[in-house]
Amino acid sequence: MNSPKRTIIPFGPQHPVLPEPIHLDLVVEDEKVVEAIPSLGFVHRGLEKLVEKRDFIDFVYVAERICGICSFIHGLTYCIAIEEIMQIQVPARANYLRVIWSELSRLHSHLLWLGLTADAFGFEALFMHTWKLREKILDIIEETTGGRVIFGSSKVGGVRKDITPEKLAEIIFKLDSYAKEIKEITDVFVNDSSVKHRLVGVGILSKQDAYSLGAVGPTLRASGVNIDMRKLGYAAYKEIDFTPVTETSGDSYARCLVRIRELFQSIDIIKQAAAKIQPGELEVKVSGTPNGEFFARTEQPRGEVIYYVKANGTRFLQRLRVRTPTFANIPALVKLLPGCQLADVPVLVLTIDPCISCTER
Amino acid sequence: MIEEQKLIDIEVKDLLSQAGDLCKSGYRLVQIGCTKLPETLEVNYSFDKDYKFINLKVKLNDLTVALPSLSGIFWSAFLYENEIHDLFGIKFTEMAVDYKGNFYRTAVKRGFNPQNE
Amino acid sequence: MKIFVMAAKVLKSLFLKPATLGYPFVPRVYYKNTRGKIAIEIAKCIYCGACQRKCPAQALNVNKAEKNWVINRLRCISCGYCVDVCPKKCLTMENTYSVSATKKEEEVFSGA
Repeated sequence: MNSPKRTIIPFGPQHPVLPEPIHLDLVVEDEKVVEAIPSLGFVHRGLEKLVEKRDFIDFVYVAERICGICSFIHGLTYCIAIEEIMQIQVPARANYLRVIWSELSRLHSHLLWLGLTADAFGFEALFMHTWKLREKILDIIEETTGGRVIFGSSKVGGVRKDITPEKLAEIIFKLDSYAKEIKEITDVFVNDSSVKHRLVGVGILSKQDAYSLGAVGPTLRASGVNIDMRKLGYAAYKEIDFTPVTETSGDSYARCLVRIRELFQSIDIIKQAAAKIQPGELEVKVSGTPNGEFFARTEQPRGEVIYYVKANGTRFLQRLRVRTPTFANIPALVKLLPGCQLADVPVLVLTIDPCISCTER
Repeated sequence: MIEEQKLIDIEVKDLLSQAGDLCKSGYRLVQIGCTKLPETLEVNYSFDKDYKFINLKVKLNDLTVALPSLSGIFWSAFLYENEIHDLFGIKFTEMAVDYKGNFYRTAVKRGFNPQNE
Repeated sequence: MKIFVMAAKVLKSLFLKPATLGYPFVPRVYYKNTRGKIAIEIAKCIYCGACQRKCPAQALNVNKAEKNWVINRLRCISCGYCVDVCPKKCLTMENTYSVSATKKEEEVFSGA
């Protein structure tokens, strides 16, 4: 028997389901994908080069703008890298505030992803309802930091803004009521038959593959590998009690469940941090220049991000290298596409939570 | 200090055997990154296992020398290697997927290379 | 397996107020902290140029000889770093956004 005829279908960089430009060349046999070749580089901005012309203290504002969704953690990771090199002890209150803002950013990022996924499989009402909840989280963020998605509240040596105890109590009260609404809406993702029909058993990534391909974040944890960089204990995470969320089946549904359970975990972490936070200083004065190198690793909503900073004792860094989680998840995406139906490709691309501008920097 | 990071300097010829050993003992590839030094380039290969971080550092004294590709051991290395090839102009031999310089469509080719200033 | 889990929610929201604002008839309420736009009290400015040097987006231009302070609102990313570094504290962050523009124009504040 002759093998079926193969066709190459270009997917992206402009595609209704993609918020950002990634291109995939899909080799298909009839409706089945047999191979996928990714291609990047549509929005390369060369931000890593800019570091050679910017003072290291100022660059945190540029680092925050590498990505619009996980912006706070980008800025935070940059600060951690510089602080480790210069051996700056950040005040405890600043560390707790960093945890609270990191988790708020995780909340809004996961809600954004749930909405986009609902949109990808054509469930418009669910998409709108999820984003309605996300907007409430954004309001908390704007009230405490001044920006809706670009927080701008982290700086080398501490934080720029404070949350008063009354405000914090109000946030906890609000989050409790939002948790009920989030539960209502995520129950639809967990239980609804039409959602399950699109997600269960689609795009299975085995535990072995996920680990050896270097996948990170929810993509990795959905395949049953228990790795979460928050366990390293940066900022105040060492004082917080939590267990990384894992699922075992490794399909799109599992990746969705991991993110849903992380929503509630984030709310719990914020509560723990709010209970432990003590009054105190917000920042320490930074003097001198960094000299040395460090790989700062933190957990973003999308997974592990690496900031490699190499400094040579001047005000300008020698090298800043950013490895974003999406970059590490692309090999996993390429491996899980073969074997799926062409119609499932948009949903599968979304399940790794791609953030392409962040990937190319 | 958040974590201890082992930074090991190695020679180009030892790269594949060292990386192979790490792969066998269950390490995963975290990242490959290139750094521009005043005269030359260095490449960092980072690995992780159970939150233990190991970094192999290769210094390139001659920029025309091609580095062996890690994609035979860690398949996902091909993305990092293509990136370094396009931005720094380092050549790699036997990459799993070779984009031949078309991975990043930048206006300035090899924009991060020290000879391109 | 459940079906119509969402239907109840959708039906309920039919009878609720819309989640969106009726803009422009209902104005948006800004928070005290909202980073909107940069304002300057030009009489206090000493044209030292600290804000221009620190601006990550190169949106500011300070001319000491002509005594003017120029901001390109379309470049400004409202990070508020200039407000932090200003030695005379003449810069402030307002909590309303700058109005939309049809031309790419720079706004000039002159103290002369």
